[in-house]
Amino acid sequence: MKKFILAVLVMLPMLATAAGPSIPLDEANNDLRDKASLKRGFEAFINNCLACHQLQYQRYNRTFADLGISDEDGLANYMYTGEKVGDHITNTMPAKDAAKWFGGAPPDLTLEARYRSPDWIYTYLRSFYVDESRPFGVNNKVFKEVGMPHVLQNLQGISTIDENGNLSEATGGSMTVVEYDNFIRDLTNFLEYVGEPNKLERQGIGYWVIGFLFILLFFAYLLKKEYWRDVH
Amino acid sequence: MSFKLMDWIEQRLPVMNAMNKHVTQYPAPKNFNFWYVFGILASVVLVNQLLTGVWLTMSYEPSGDGAFASVEYIMRDVDYGWLLRYMHSTGASAFFVVIYMHMFRGMMYGSYQKPRELLWLFGMLIFLVLMAEAFMGYLLPWGNMSYWGAQVIISIFGAIPIIGDDLTLWIRGDYVISGATLNRFFALHVIALPLVLVVLVFLHILALHEVGSNNPDGTNIKKPKGSVAPEELSQFTFHEQYTKKYDIVDAIPFHPYYTVKDLVAIVIFLIIFCGVMFFAPEGGGYFIEAPNFQPANGLKTPEHIAPVWYFGPFYTILRIIPDKLLGAVGMFGAIIALFMLPWCDRGVVKSIRYRCTAHTVNLVQFAICFIILGVLGTLPASPLYNMIGVVASFGYFGFFVAIWIYSKNEKTKPVPDRVTGE
Repeated sequence: MKKFILAVLVMLPMLATAAGPSIPLDEANNDLRDKASLKRGFEAFINNCLACHQLQYQRYNRTFADLGISDEDGLANYMYTGEKVGDHITNTMPAKDAAKWFGGAPPDLTLEARYRSPDWIYTYLRSFYVDESRPFGVNNKVFKEVGMPHVLQNLQGISTIDENGNLSEATGGSMTVVEYDNFIRDLTNFLEYVGEPNKLERQGIGYWVIGFLFILLFFAYLLKKEYWRDVH
Repeated sequence: MSFKLMDWIEQRLPVMNAMNKHVTQYPAPKNFNFWYVFGILASVVLVNQLLTGVWLTMSYEPSGDGAFASVEYIMRDVDYGWLLRYMHSTGASAFFVVIYMHMFRGMMYGSYQKPRELLWLFGMLIFLVLMAEAFMGYLLPWGNMSYWGAQVIISIFGAIPIIGDDLTLWIRGDYVISGATLNRFFALHVIALPLVLVVLVFLHILALHEVGSNNPDGTNIKKPKGSVAPEELSQFTFHEQYTKKYDIVDAIPFHPYYTVKDLVAIVIFLIIFCGVMFFAPEGGGYFIEAPNFQPANGLKTPEHIAPVWYFGPFYTILRIIPDKLLGAVGMFGAIIALFMLPWCDRGVVKSIRYRCTAHTVNLVQFAICFIILGVLGTLPASPLYNMIGVVASFGYFGFFVAIWIYSKNEKTKPVPDRVTGE
């Protein structure tokens, strides 16, 4: 018993958990196995984000292969600016000018989902509100004094904020609330995929490796037992 | 034919003799328990780090411009590069888990006491080199936490009077952490320190085999020659190096008995290791910290600079002392105190099983304080946390003072002559 307590004490720090974010985040509930959603998210990214935000560590053809898009189809429908399929997903916006326009260069988003978390992205893109004191007339509940305009305002519309910090339902967009949430969920899903394209493969291999180790454990234990019969 | 070849080699280099001496005919006490697996696990992790490190080096680019991108290149474009990288990053944390357990085992059963002081010192040197190795390795991904963590740690040396500023400049090779720092840390991380580490591990094992393994009862399995009745002698054959001078009791050959037993431990360890590596390689943000998914940026500090968890206890001691120099003294003092343990403890009874109650209490409070210091090291500073940190630091250093006092005239329980069943 004493031994057990000691063992627990020594291992305790591994259980400590990180401090939570200050603003409660909505759950994205995205699914990396949903390829249709990933494809829609990819398309949304290309059409709405790529002009400013790069995915400079991710290649087009890798994305095509993982999302089940053929190179020809990809070239025709997802690549507009004449790159080769093996190129990284980049744009041509000069970082220096961008910094002047927005107060800071728009960050690369390859690892954004790993840096912030998918829930953060999902909540952030649904938390813009009118704030006339800001250069672009909008602010964000999750990212205070954000430099980014509400690029998706034509889809979502725009919310207002009351004195308690609650957002009103967005008005003036072409999508309903549910449609817009699904749209952002797809985009979040895609960004989580891009953050670690091997995530599903990693977990898939993990089950096999651990399964093998349990079988090995069984035989290793029998081997130990057999040898130790000699020890008195 | 093959026997002839082996004889030919043996006459020129006694390989088989060394094998017998250190593996197949090495007398290991037969009562090793759970706590005795961490030495072999540390070796397993060391081999993992060396091998995966070599392959990572093949695709990594040690430069301020290319380092961050090359890690993502390894994660995306190198076949199974992500696996190598996670094996290495998970291995770093696993290394400290097993080393801390291994050290605690030594403290519980008095494995640092005479005649094993040098063995303990080699172990402590390994621990020190390992911390340097881990610290330098953490800069290499060139993430923002790599950058700012290194900034904080290197600035500690700036607290040294007179030479401080020049010393930090000399360590960095630049006025700020830059590609020059990254390059020298790379050289030290992949060549210099691993070499030192492997040599120290070799010496650690040689020193162990010279004096023999301790055991959970802290008894001596080497009895004076001729003092043991023949039927009481161990039933196994041991190398004459050990039997020449002593009668060996309660021992079994390391191989095959402990190799097969350790294999079970290794597999269990690998199951846990792979569980983390395949399903939570960031270790909840403790093994790979979230700000490290952003490239190093000298103009943008992470919200909360936290060292990796394994430096937590020492970082807390540094932080709670308001004066920078005294803080650094406290931090290094915490490590020096561990070095001095064989001389702080004046007792003759080794194992916690037969020592006084005060010792059990002291060791348990030490473990608790160490864990508290570790947890605090990963949390942002606050007045309450600082107060807890001060108390825990007193507990940490108090352990060494207390053991020095009560071990002089300690009321111990009778130590059995032979190992007990367990």
